[in-house]
Amino acid sequence: MSAGVEDVRASGTSEESTTPLRAVGRPEAVARRALGRTPRVGAAPSRATSTIVLVLAGVFFLVPIAAMVEFSLRQGRTGSYTLQHYAAVLDPAQEYAYDGLFQGTLNSLAICAITVLIVLLVLLPTMILVELRYPALRRALEFVCILPITIPTVVIGVGFLPVYSVIARLVGSDAWSLAFAIGIIVLPYAYRPIAVNLQGLDVAMLSEAARSLGAGWGTVMVRVLVPNLRRGILASCFITIAVVLGEFTIATFLSRTTFQTALVLIQHTDPYVAVIFALLALVFGFVLLLVIGRLGAVRRRA
Amino acid sequence: MNKRHLAGAALLAVSAVALAACSSSASGTTPSASAISHADALTATSADDFGGMDGLVAAANAEGQLNVITLPPSWANYGKIIQGFEKKYPKIHINSANPDGSSADEVAAARSQKGQSTAPDVFDLGTAVMDENLDLLAKYKVQNWKDIPDDFKDPDGVWYYDYTGLMSIGYDSSVITTPPKTFADLLKPEFKGKVAIKGDPTQANEAASAVYLAALQNGGSADDIQPGIDFFQKLKQAGNFLATLPTQATVASGETPVVIQWSYNNLAWGAGSSAGNPNYTTVIPTGSPALGSYYNQAINVDAPHPAAARLWEEWIYSPEVQNLYLAAGAYPATLEAMKKNGTVDSSVLAKVGDAPKDFVQLTSDQAAKAGQLLSQKWAAAVG
Amino acid sequence: MTLAARTARARGARDAGTEPSRRRPDLGWLGLAPFSVYVVLFLLLPAALAVGSGFFTRDGAFTLANLAAFGNPIVLKDFLDSFWLSAVTAVLGAVFGATICYALLRARPDGLLRSVVDAGSSVLAQFGGVMLAFAWIATIGSQGLVTVLVAQLTGIESLGGLGGPSLYTVAGLIPVYLYFQVPLMVLSFMPAMEGLRQAWAEAAATLGATRATYWRRIAMPILAPAFFGCAILLFANAFSSFATAAALIDQGGIVPLRIFSSLSSETVLGADNLAGVLALGMVVVMVVLMAAYGLLQRRAARWQR
Repeated sequence: MSAGVEDVRASGTSEESTTPLRAVGRPEAVARRALGRTPRVGAAPSRATSTIVLVLAGVFFLVPIAAMVEFSLRQGRTGSYTLQHYAAVLDPAQEYAYDGLFQGTLNSLAICAITVLIVLLVLLPTMILVELRYPALRRALEFVCILPITIPTVVIGVGFLPVYSVIARLVGSDAWSLAFAIGIIVLPYAYRPIAVNLQGLDVAMLSEAARSLGAGWGTVMVRVLVPNLRRGILASCFITIAVVLGEFTIATFLSRTTFQTALVLIQHTDPYVAVIFALLALVFGFVLLLVIGRLGAVRRRA
Repeated sequence: MNKRHLAGAALLAVSAVALAACSSSASGTTPSASAISHADALTATSADDFGGMDGLVAAANAEGQLNVITLPPSWANYGKIIQGFEKKYPKIHINSANPDGSSADEVAAARSQKGQSTAPDVFDLGTAVMDENLDLLAKYKVQNWKDIPDDFKDPDGVWYYDYTGLMSIGYDSSVITTPPKTFADLLKPEFKGKVAIKGDPTQANEAASAVYLAALQNGGSADDIQPGIDFFQKLKQAGNFLATLPTQATVASGETPVVIQWSYNNLAWGAGSSAGNPNYTTVIPTGSPALGSYYNQAINVDAPHPAAARLWEEWIYSPEVQNLYLAAGAYPATLEAMKKNGTVDSSVLAKVGDAPKDFVQLTSDQAAKAGQLLSQKWAAAVG
Repeated sequence: MTLAARTARARGARDAGTEPSRRRPDLGWLGLAPFSVYVVLFLLLPAALAVGSGFFTRDGAFTLANLAAFGNPIVLKDFLDSFWLSAVTAVLGAVFGATICYALLRARPDGLLRSVVDAGSSVLAQFGGVMLAFAWIATIGSQGLVTVLVAQLTGIESLGGLGGPSLYTVAGLIPVYLYFQVPLMVLSFMPAMEGLRQAWAEAAATLGATRATYWRRIAMPILAPAFFGCAILLFANAFSSFATAAALIDQGGIVPLRIFSSLSSETVLGADNLAGVLALGMVVVMVVLMAAYGLLQRRAARWQR
C-alpha cells in the first residue's frame, strides 16, 4: 500500500520519473507495460484486442468499396474483367461534363473554406463563451446545434428559398453563398466533437489561471483554449469539409453547381463511369483530409 | 479576407466573360438584327420579334447562358441534344440543374428562384403538373409551328407536346430465357425477385404509368386504374416485385434484370448505348393498347435568359433534334410532318419502328383521379 | 468529476474573477450576438417558414387540416419504422464506434493510423445516396460480391436473410446505415476517449483497481454523457437521412421519404403543405428525445454526487 501512495505522489511530480519508481514498486504494472508496451496503464486495450477490432472494422468498411471496384472492372455480364471503363473516363465526349465537374469542385472548395471559417469564428467562440460565462445556456446551445439535423434537408431547403432570394439580391447567385446554408447543416456534426472535448476540459480553471497570469481574453482563446481543444476542433473541421463535399440537396434546390451536383450529372452517362466517379470522390475527399490531418500533425510535432 | 478576394476574383472573371460575350456578339451582329432588350425578349412570341433567326441567335449569344432543369443526359438523348446545342451555339453555356428532379421540382425551382440568374429558362413538363402552373409559362411559337399537330399544342403557344415514349418491359435476356409478352407473364416463378419499376407511383409519373399500363393489361382503363394496383399487389405476393430503385448500374450488375419504364429509357440502358448491357431487350407488352404520355415544352415567363430560352425551343423542334429523340425511341411531336417533308431520318425510323396509331394517354383529370387513388391504395398494396 | 461539481466550479471561478466582467458587463452578451443572428437568420427563420407551411393552404389561409395526417395509419407506421430504424442504428453505431475508439487508444495521436482513421471516418460519415446504396447492392444484393462468394464456397444459392429482396426493406437499411453511423460515432466520440487522463488510470491502478474496475467505476461514468450525446446525434442523423433510403427502398417506408414525396410528387399534386406537418412531427420526436436525455443527465449527475 505504501508503495502505491508513493507512486501517486511521484506521478504528481513528473511522468518521466514514475517509470523507475513503478518498476520497483508494482510488479504487475511493470509486467503490464512490458507486455503491452503501452503508456496508458489500464486505459488502452491489449495489442491483440486492438488489432482484432480494427481489422474487423476495416473489413466491414472495405468490402463494399471492394465490391464497387470489382464492378467497375467488369466487362458487362461476361464474367471477365477489363480496364476499358477507366479508359472511358478519359473519353473526349465527357469533356462537357468535366467542365462542370471542375467548376463544381472549385465551388465546393470555396464553400468548404467559408464554412470552416463559420465554424471557427462563429460557432467555436460561442461554445467557449457559453462554457465560460453562461453554463446555464449550455443545453439550449446544444439543442439549437442539433436542431438542423432533426429537420430533413428537403424541408429546410424549402425554408431556405425565400432567404436566398434576398441573398441573391445582396451578393448575387454565386455558389459560395451556399456556405451560409451549409454552415447550418454542419452545426450538429461540428458541435459534437468540440463539445465532447470541452467536457473533458476545465475551461474555467484554465482561463482563470491564464487570466491571473495577465493574459487577455484573446490570448486565453488563442494560446490556451484552442491548443487544448485542438482534437475537437480538428475533428469538427474534418466533418465540416466532408459535409460540404457531400452536400447535394440544398445545392440542387438552389440550382448551384457543386462537386456533388456535377458528379450526379456525370453519373447519368454510364453505370461504370458512375461507380468510378463515386470511388474517385471518396479517394479525393480521403486524400484531401489526410493531407490536412498530416500537415496538422507534423506542424504540432515540429 | 480570402472570401472577399475569391468573390472579387469571381466577379472579375464573370465581368470579363460578360464583356467578351458582349463584344463578340456586337461584332457578329448585323444592324437589322441588333439584340433587343431583355424586356422585349421576355415577351417575344416568335423569332420574328427578334428580327428573324439571326436576331434571335444574336440576342441569345449576348445572354451567353441557358439554364435547363431535370434533363438527365441518358433520358431521351438529352445528353446529345444539349451537347449539340453547345456545339452549334458555342457562345451559350448550358447549366443543367437537378437532372433527377421531377416536373414538380421544375415549377418549384421556377417559383422559388424567381428573379435570380439561376432560375430555369425552359421546362420539360408532364401534363398534370403543367396544367396547375400555366401562369409560369410564356407564349412562344417556333418557326415550324405548323408542323406540330393542332391537338399537340396550345393555340397561343403556351405549351406544346415534345415527345412520348411507350411503357415497356426491359429485361436481361441472359437471365430471362422466355421473353415476357404481357404483364401476366411477369407473375411467373421465373421472375421471382426480379421486377422493378422506376420509383414510387405516388411520387413519380413514370412509376405511376407502369401501374396505369398494368390496369390496361388487366381489364382496367384510364378511368379505372384499380386493376393496376391489384396487379402489383399480386406481383408483390408472388415475391416477384423488387421494391428498389433500378438504375443503369443495377441492371448492369444483374440486380434488377426486369424493369418497367418508358421505352426510351429501356432502350438507352440496352444495346443502344455504348456502355449499356447488350443483352438488355425492350418489349412493348401486347394484349392491350399501349400507354404513352407526351412531355411538354414550355418557356419560363420570368426566364433569366429569355432569348436563349426561345432559341432552345427552336433547336428542340428542328429536324435534327426531333430525329435525336426518335433515335432514342421517343416519338417526337413533328414526326408526321417530318415523314411528309422528308426530313425524318429514315434509317432511324426503320430501326425504331413507327409510332403506334392509337395509344392511351391519361388526360390531366384522369391523372389527378388516378393519383388520388394511388395515394390511398398503393402503400397498403405493396407495403 | 460530476457535471454539477464542474458547474459549481465554473460558477465559483467566475465569482472569484468577476472584476473584468463587472467592469464591462455587456461584452459577454455581445459575444453571443454573431451566432445568435446567424442562427435566427439561417436556421430559425427557414425552419419556421418550412414547418409553418404545414398550417397554411395553398391559397395562404390558416388551416389545421394537415394535422389529420397523424391519424393516417400509413403515416404512423412510417414514424414507427423511422423511429426503430434510427434507434437500432444509433445504439449499434454508438457501441461499435466506441469500441473502435477504444481500440484506437493504442495508436499514437499523431500517428499515421490515426490520420487515416480520421480522414476515412470523415469521408464515410458523409457517404450516402444512390452510390452508397449501390455499393451495398453490389456487396450483399442477390448478385453481390459477398453473396456470390458465399454461394460458391458453401453451395448455398441465396444468402437467406442477407441477399435479395430483404435488402430492400426497412430492416435491410440497418447495415447500410451503420456504414455512415459508425464513422460518425468514431469522429464524434474520439475526443472524449482521448480526454481520459493517463493519470486517472495510473491512480486507479496504484490503488489496486483492475482494468475492469477502472473502466466500470471511472472511465465509463466519465464517458457516459459524451456517449449518450453522440448516440442522440446518431439517432437524429439516421432519423432525417433520406437519399440512401430513397435509393434502396423505393416504395415509401420512412418519414423523410414521405416528406420528399409530398414535396416533389408528379402524380399526387397539391400535397406539398403536408411536408411541413410531417417535419413538425420529426422535430417533436427529437425534442421529446432531447428532453428525456436532459432528464437522464440530471439524474445521472445526482447519482454521481
